[in-house]
Amino acid sequence: MHSSTLEEQAADSVCQSAPITLRINGIEHHLEIEPRVSLLDALREYVHLTGTKKGCNQGACGACTVLCDGARTLSCLALAVQFDGVEITTIEGLARAGEPDELQSAFIDQDGLQCGYCTPGQICSAIGMMNEFRAGMPSAATPDVSAETVELTDEELSERMSGNLCRCGAYVGIRAAIRQAFHPEPNK
Amino acid sequence: MRNFAYSRASSAGEAVNLSSASSHAKFLGGGTNLVDLMRENIERPDTVIDVTRIAPSAIRETENGGVSIGAEVRNSAVAGHPLIRQRYPVLAQAILFGASGQIRNMATVGGNIMQRTRCYYFYDEASRCNKRQPGAGCDALHGFNRIHAVLGTSDQCIATHPSDMCVALAALEAKVCVTGPHGERIIAFEEFHLLPGATPNIETQLAPNELITSVELPPMAFARRSLYRKVRDRASYAFALVSVAAALDVDNGHIRRGRIALGGVGTKPWRAHEAERILTGAQAGIETYRRAAEAEMAHAVGYRDNTFKIELARRVLVEVLSELAEKEVRP
Repeated sequence: MHSSTLEEQAADSVCQSAPITLRINGIEHHLEIEPRVSLLDALREYVHLTGTKKGCNQGACGACTVLCDGARTLSCLALAVQFDGVEITTIEGLARAGEPDELQSAFIDQDGLQCGYCTPGQICSAIGMMNEFRAGMPSAATPDVSAETVELTDEELSERMSGNLCRCGAYVGIRAAIRQAFHPEPNK
Repeated sequence: MRNFAYSRASSAGEAVNLSSASSHAKFLGGGTNLVDLMRENIERPDTVIDVTRIAPSAIRETENGGVSIGAEVRNSAVAGHPLIRQRYPVLAQAILFGASGQIRNMATVGGNIMQRTRCYYFYDEASRCNKRQPGAGCDALHGFNRIHAVLGTSDQCIATHPSDMCVALAALEAKVCVTGPHGERIIAFEEFHLLPGATPNIETQLAPNELITSVELPPMAFARRSLYRKVRDRASYAFALVSVAAALDVDNGHIRRGRIALGGVGTKPWRAHEAERILTGAQAGIETYRRAAEAEMAHAVGYRDNTFKIELARRVLVEVLSELAEKEVRP
C-alpha cells in the first residue's frame, strides 16, 4: 500500500460510507459501504459470499457475473451503492434444499468445467442469457434482427455466451449443459 | 481506487445542479467504462452522480415519425426494441456486435457515447499521452499502433473512438439532446465528437456540467435496408479493427442515396461523406462501390502497424454495399 496523498486524504474526508441495503438471494443485508466498493467486493468481502469469482476485475472475463433483477451483470464494473434495492442472485442462491438446480447438475453431467473457477459466472450468465433469449432478444449471430423468431443454434449459443471466458476450454460441455437444462425451443 | 462522493440524481436538472456544485464531477451510467478508468487512476472525479434512475424517457416514437431513446436506457434494451429492430436494424446490429451480453445489459446509451478510447498508451500511466496529459506527447505515434486510426488523426493523437453503437448513430444522422446550466440544446451526432487536432483531451462538444438526456433518430424509411459489419481479431467480444454501418436507398438498380459511417478507423465515429457523394444517383454495382470506397479512404494515413486498415476498410465497404443492394427487405 502506498501512502495516500493530501489530495486523496481530502477526498476521503468527504466520501463517507453510506448505509445501503443489498437484497441478495432473497436476504436483506444492511451494509455501511464506501462508494468506491464494487458489487463484487461487497459480495465477497462484506457479505462473505465467495462463490462469485474475481477474475480480471476489468470486465473482460465474466467470472464475476451475477443476476440483478434477472439481468446478467458484471459485478466487478458495478459500484455496490448503485444496487440498493435491486434483487441480486449469486451462485449461492440457485440450489434448492441443498440440491443443485438443473443447470448446476447439467454442468456436472456434461463436463462443463475443469478447474471450475469460471463456473459460477458461466452458470449465472447462462440463466440471464436464457431470460434474454426467451424475451426475444436477437444477437450478433442472428441472421435477421427484425425477424420475430430466433433459433438457438450452436453459433447463437457461443455468441451469446462470449462474455464468459473458460481458459480450460470446456466450451463444448458448457453448451451441452445449457441445452440439457433448458431444452431451448426457437423463441417467439 | 480513489474515493469519491456518490449521489443519485432523480432528474436531469438535479444531476446538472449536483455536478455544478462540485469541482470535478462525473456522471455515472452503467459504469462499464468509468469504473474501470477510475480503478486505473485515469479518471479521478471527486463526485460521481448516478444518472441511471432519472425519470425514464425510455424509447418512443416521435411526432415526426422518428424514434427518441432516453440516455439512461441500457444498450440491450435498445437492441431488443421492436421499433429499432424493424426500422433501424443497423443500430440493433451495431449494439449487438459490441462488448458482451453482460456489458450491454449495464451500459447506457449516454455512457456509450461518452466512452473513452481503448488506446493502450491512454490507459498506461507510464506512457506519454496528450489525451490524458495535454502536451506530454504521444507514444502511440511511433509505438505499437495496430489498433489505431487512419482517418482524422493529428500529430498529437491517433486514438480511435471505440464504440460500435456510435457508428450506426453517425450513419443514421442522429441528434444528441443535452441539458446543462444554461438550458437544453440539440447537437447533430456528426458534430458531437471532435477531431483530436491540437487538443485531443477535448473529445466532445459537451460544455462543463452538461448531460446527455436522449438521442433522436430521424425518420429514415430506407434504413430498413441497413446493416452493420464488423471485422475484429476474434469472432466475438472484441473491438473493431474496421466496421461499416450503412443504409442504402436503392430502386431498380439505381441508388438514390446512401448513409455510411466507419468504425475502428477514425479518431471519431466516421461519417463517410465522400463515399455517400459517389453513391448518390449512381448505378448500383461493384464499380460504383469501389469508387465510393476509394474516395472515402483517399485521405487515409497509415502508421507503422495499421496501414492494413486502409485496404481492409475499402473491401468491407464494397462488400457491405453489394450485400445491401441485394438484400430482401420486408415492407
